[in-house]
Amino acid sequence: MKDKINLSDMSRPDRKPLTHVENADLMPLPPPLDSPEKDVPWTPLSEKVRQSVECGLDDTCALNIPQPKSREEEEELVRKFLSGLDKLFTKENNWTFLQPLVLTMEHCAKCQTCSEACHIFEASGGNELYRPTFRSEILRRLYFKYVKHGGLLSAWQHGDIEVNWPLVARLAELSYRCNLCRRCAQTCPIGADNGLVAHELRKLFSQEMGINAKECHDNGSVLQLKVGSSTGMSSLVVKDNIEFIDEDMTEKTGIQVETPWDVEGAEVLLIHNAGEIMAWPENPGAFAVILNAAGITWTLSSELAGYDSINYGLWYDDAQFARVAIKHAEAAKKLKVKKIVLGECGHAHKALSVIADRVLTGELNIPRESSMTLLREIVMNDRIKLDPSRNDFPVTLHDPCNLVRLMGVVEPQREILRKICPQFREMWPHGVDNYCCGGGSGFAIMSGNNFQDWRFHVSGRKKLQQVLNAFADCLDPSIPKYICAPCSNCKGQFRDMLAYYEMWEKHRILYGGLVELIVNAMVDVKPGFIEWEWH
Amino acid sequence: MTTLVFAVLYLSAAVFFIATAARAVLYARQPIHLRWELYPVPHEHPERVKHGGSYFEQVDWWKKPPRFNLLGELSFMVPEMLFLKALHEFNRKLWYRSFPFHFGLYLMMGTVGLVLLAALLALFAPALMAGPLGTGLHLLYTATGAVGVLLAMAGALLLLHRRLTDPVLKIYTTPGDIFNLLFFLVAFGVLAAGYLVKGPGFPGVRGLAEGLLRGDLSLPIPPLFGAGLILSGLLAAYIPLTHMSHFVGKYFTYHSVRWEDHPNRPGGAIEKKLAEYLTYRPTWASPHVTADGKRTWADVATTNPWQGEKK
Repeated sequence: MKDKINLSDMSRPDRKPLTHVENADLMPLPPPLDSPEKDVPWTPLSEKVRQSVECGLDDTCALNIPQPKSREEEEELVRKFLSGLDKLFTKENNWTFLQPLVLTMEHCAKCQTCSEACHIFEASGGNELYRPTFRSEILRRLYFKYVKHGGLLSAWQHGDIEVNWPLVARLAELSYRCNLCRRCAQTCPIGADNGLVAHELRKLFSQEMGINAKECHDNGSVLQLKVGSSTGMSSLVVKDNIEFIDEDMTEKTGIQVETPWDVEGAEVLLIHNAGEIMAWPENPGAFAVILNAAGITWTLSSELAGYDSINYGLWYDDAQFARVAIKHAEAAKKLKVKKIVLGECGHAHKALSVIADRVLTGELNIPRESSMTLLREIVMNDRIKLDPSRNDFPVTLHDPCNLVRLMGVVEPQREILRKICPQFREMWPHGVDNYCCGGGSGFAIMSGNNFQDWRFHVSGRKKLQQVLNAFADCLDPSIPKYICAPCSNCKGQFRDMLAYYEMWEKHRILYGGLVELIVNAMVDVKPGFIEWEWH
Repeated sequence: MTTLVFAVLYLSAAVFFIATAARAVLYARQPIHLRWELYPVPHEHPERVKHGGSYFEQVDWWKKPPRFNLLGELSFMVPEMLFLKALHEFNRKLWYRSFPFHFGLYLMMGTVGLVLLAALLALFAPALMAGPLGTGLHLLYTATGAVGVLLAMAGALLLLHRRLTDPVLKIYTTPGDIFNLLFFLVAFGVLAAGYLVKGPGFPGVRGLAEGLLRGDLSLPIPPLFGAGLILSGLLAAYIPLTHMSHFVGKYFTYHSVRWEDHPNRPGGAIEKKLAEYLTYRPTWASPHVTADGKRTWADVATTNPWQGEKK
């Protein structure tokens, strides 16, 4: 049932959700999920959660903000919010994004061109709450009223909004209904950026009010700065795990695999998303096989955060972002490596290569490069022998937003796939016009309450549609199929979403990285590196 | 009437230019932000522009000489500015309404430029304007003015219709949005009507422009046309005070954000500016930020509040 939602509903004093989404409302999917009945039912939020935390937005709850106990507490929270709002528009507090934010606040023509580009809005069946301009318009009205101190004339020109705790709580949740993929911004004729608005709202909530997603903050950037990795692995544990992976790879490939640690003066410091080491060990293992075979002098670092490329601050907090980026650069500086190469992790690519480019100064400004380009160099220059017939199964490529639209690394991975995968086929659209996997901006690691129901039904739906379309000619389970997703977060989303819809059990759709396909095609490696097993 | 018209036109022009410049200066003086580009970036190498790629696609990209593809940028910018290419691509229904409106405005601005040129020539090189150049210019600005005002009014009417009838737009439309479009319609409508019923003794638009440049208050200006000029002048002064100043904002959203891909080279201009920003003292209140108004961004970024803590 579609709800009619207005901007003023955000201030509604009751805690009743503004919208409820059912499978019948959602964008239709192709076979085999071509009717709402074939879709998976949603798990409702428990009554305990509804009674204790703020969940007045929609069917789910990402942040678990405790409900204030008194009117005074509510007023204090609103005061804090307004204080943070003010800071968001000062150069002392937000030089990092002030200019693009002000431009977006002051120039949106409200033409709604961006809406059609948003996979979340489309997948939701056009739910107003998820329109990319909805949260932006709320922030815009708050900006003109409370930052610019516009009076009646301003309200007449820009629109009015009533600020109260329900609005603030809903806005916090709403900032976590966007993947920050910025596909909307790509289509804006004026260049306004609704993705940036969600990003800046998250920052306001985290940096001023301490409100953030536990998975990104406590279990993410805090844990990384505390022990070295958001996985909780200390340097000792990660070395143990890599040693085990080396042994496993040696056995599996028939080639002696050894991962070098803390090699001073190495050409390359490779930084993986440490999640790979835990969840997909064949990925760092495959990197080791390829780099060793290509004769590259490389190393991993055992410094704090030097062995985990994740930087979740990118999604919600500038301070956390800068701290982790500096730790990465310090690890490289200590080893005097020539460059940092980022493993298969999209947000780590963008964080360290693009965004941190204006954080890392002086000796910390160490060259950073994508593993995609290095791998292309190795594969296209025949530095390793490859047999494409070993990859003779349908392969499609998922483009991580951070790698393509937000960094411009588009072709290297394709050149490799065209060379080593005879049945490679593109999703449509792809490249810089791609759709997010639905796990972007932290969603892939967020599954508290029933959030994963939302991220599979809504934020991941467009990608699922693309996958099913890409493999429409070979859905038969006798044909194994491979989604190449060169990004740990995207893989996390695929793992969970494909399992949710039983795509492996029923249609033999597997996902994995790029390096696994390369090693699978290596002539010197025992055949069958890719094991057609669910993991 | 003439005094009032000229005063409004002088003041409106001054407000327009000052407000536009002030807005541009405000944006230009804001700190360089963290990189936030969006691909495709059209000033990239032509081979990479085709697929939206960046210099990050090259091994050891920092060793390659920087390259700026001006032609690539122009081939994107010119169609975008003149024909609203992005809107044509992503929102065709709106383009049918917005393009005539904007193109009509361009033609009207061009008309103002041509009329002022003709007036200047008439003042300083009257012999030139007595010949075919004068006739040609007259025909040209009459045509651009007529087509411009018609297109702009038709576009404004179509946009207003959409604002009033589209249930989605209604949610986001403010009284100011409606007023803005009505302002265009009324100002241009009165101007066009005034021109059509100008009556005998009208000095012509060139004559009027000459009078404006000379400060000749003896010129007779028909009341309706004068009202049209006053309304159009006020409209021109009003635009840069609103979000309709996106002709300024758009320059920055494209050149300073979407396409701003300059790498921070050691010892370069960007690094120098960053050194200044890192001395700013934030006041974010969350304890984990460790900002107290005394510590700088550099202090905050190099502080690890959890260093040494166990899991």
